[in-house]
Amino acid sequence: MKEKECIKYMIQLVAINKSFKEHKVVNDISIVINKGEFLTLLGPSGCGKTTTLRMIAGFEEPTSGEILLDGMDVSTKNPYERNVNTVFQSYALFPNMDVYNNIAFGLKIKKSSKEVIKEKVTKVLALVQLEDFGDRYPSQLSGGQKQRIAIARAIVNSPKVLLLDEPLGALDLKLRKQMQFELKHLQKKLGITFIYVTHDQEEALTMSDRIAVMNEGKIEQVGTPNEIYNKPKTKFVADFIGETNLFEGVIETHSGNKLSVLLDSDEKINVIDGTLDKLKQGDSIYITIRPERMKLSHSKVESKNMLKGIVKERIFIGSINKTVIKLSNEKEVIINEPAIDTLKFQGEGDEVYVSWEYEDGVVIN
Amino acid sequence: MKKTKKSKNQKQTSSIVTTISPVLLWMIILVAIPLVIVFIMGFLTRGIYGQVEYIFTFQNYADLLKPMYVQIFVYSLWISLITTLICLVLAYPFAYFIANVKAKYKVLLFMLIIIPFWTNSLVRTYAWMIILGTNGIINSYLLQFGVIKEPLKLLYTNGAVILGLVYTLFPFMVLPLYASIEGLDKSYVEAASDLGASPLQAFLRVTLPLTMSGVAAGSVLVFIPSLGLFFIPDLLGGSKTMLISNLIQNQFLTARNWPFGSAVSILLIIITIIFIILYFNKSRNKGLEVM
Repeated sequence: MKEKECIKYMIQLVAINKSFKEHKVVNDISIVINKGEFLTLLGPSGCGKTTTLRMIAGFEEPTSGEILLDGMDVSTKNPYERNVNTVFQSYALFPNMDVYNNIAFGLKIKKSSKEVIKEKVTKVLALVQLEDFGDRYPSQLSGGQKQRIAIARAIVNSPKVLLLDEPLGALDLKLRKQMQFELKHLQKKLGITFIYVTHDQEEALTMSDRIAVMNEGKIEQVGTPNEIYNKPKTKFVADFIGETNLFEGVIETHSGNKLSVLLDSDEKINVIDGTLDKLKQGDSIYITIRPERMKLSHSKVESKNMLKGIVKERIFIGSINKTVIKLSNEKEVIINEPAIDTLKFQGEGDEVYVSWEYEDGVVIN
Repeated sequence: MKKTKKSKNQKQTSSIVTTISPVLLWMIILVAIPLVIVFIMGFLTRGIYGQVEYIFTFQNYADLLKPMYVQIFVYSLWISLITTLICLVLAYPFAYFIANVKAKYKVLLFMLIIIPFWTNSLVRTYAWMIILGTNGIINSYLLQFGVIKEPLKLLYTNGAVILGLVYTLFPFMVLPLYASIEGLDKSYVEAASDLGASPLQAFLRVTLPLTMSGVAAGSVLVFIPSLGLFFIPDLLGGSKTMLISNLIQNQFLTARNWPFGSAVSILLIIITIIFIILYFNKSRNKGLEVM
């Protein structure tokens, strides 16, 4: 590999395929992961994200393709020959060893001296705030404690990359939120490249520098949480990340960066976007609009997209009000408004207008 | 089993009694009464014609301390120990292999172990006599192909006894080992490998310690029966090899010294109990599952 790339990239996956018998689990994945980056592989179960992680760890060998770790091809290397460590979904703490020996395992294998081992283990135990737990056995730990020890056992070896396979899946909601922040802080502090696998889109948005959204063995989109949320490139991404309203339509006119679209309900809307050069008149497209970008009003509004509908349901969820509107063609849209703007409407059955800025629609083809 | 508290719940107590009473009855008839008879017999005296005389004595137990007998006991334990170790060394890789092959081969491999069980072990031991004998299968082939000039002495050796014991008790080692290896979460081995352990290191530091419950259970299941399988040393060891099991059989059937035979039996039971207690204590201390 060229030297310049080696400096920047920690992991490069080049055209990775993985099949189990006839079943193709990972389909031609290519991605580069920068040094010190927190990258999340996000997708529904069975999308190939865990298999991808296991190939980076070395537990599975790709059917074809290359895995480069810090510029070196490790595709066929055994897990114990790669300087990456994994935090397992089930933690996999050795039940026959106490916490100290669990953490010291990797160092003992490397034949570090007793003093070095003691120093390092004490240090990581402090890092995960479990200083006094060295002589406990895994069976005596709570889920959250096991989680921290599993992380400590991995990072004590100063790996080039830390792989985390849904590590917070087994924790309750509150602890999970807390651990999300702790993990993010830990990653910043240590500067280790993290590859994090999850199916929880909120977790991915909270923690990641970049997210790779996977579906059916392929990467649908790679980008920052902001890009993934606000500029989804595929219908799947728009639908999987957060809530969205999806419209189907045909391009009527295309001038500069402005599209005029005829929806399947025979209503017209406009979209302004600078990246639509490839589209032409007559193309069928999807347009997605986030619920919080939409507004409700009793009267018509000028120079915005506007659709008429009837209030079907209003739900109060603390910080926001969620309103379900039934449009003219029976299609339903969701609108999220800050709860302070509330109570303009008496309730269900009211006739209202749903509006949004031309710039707020995202085109997917 | 926990003792039921008296009077506190009379109904529960009585229902427990009715539930276990068939088992209890069987245990009394088939285990407790014979044991009591053997125990009492150990303190009686042998008459001149081999009959039992009801004269109380400690002589039988005193006789156990005679060097000749002590030697037999030590030698029996030694043979059983070797049998157990050989079984363990052979069975571990075998069980490991079964635990890791595809499901369809598992059935086949288990059949290989279980089918011989359907044949009487005495018959199978006779089969070994045919294989190992002076004019047996091995010797006649070796002679025919000119590998040896004179038949080898294979039968009626300690080696033949150990072979017979290992052969007969092998499944008892494989099954608990298989259960513990199969039950081992594969992610432990992956974690070890992930942390830099080579396959051998992962085996020694993780797999083996975590399957010690199987090793212990298998060892007990082989060691204890190997002390008592009298017909194997009898048939394959000939008259020279006297083990504790033969000694008992010999005292009852040949020497017609029932009281002394009973004393030896009691000794064997005590040895067995000691090993079982050791096993249970050890597995409880380690917090490992018992069998």
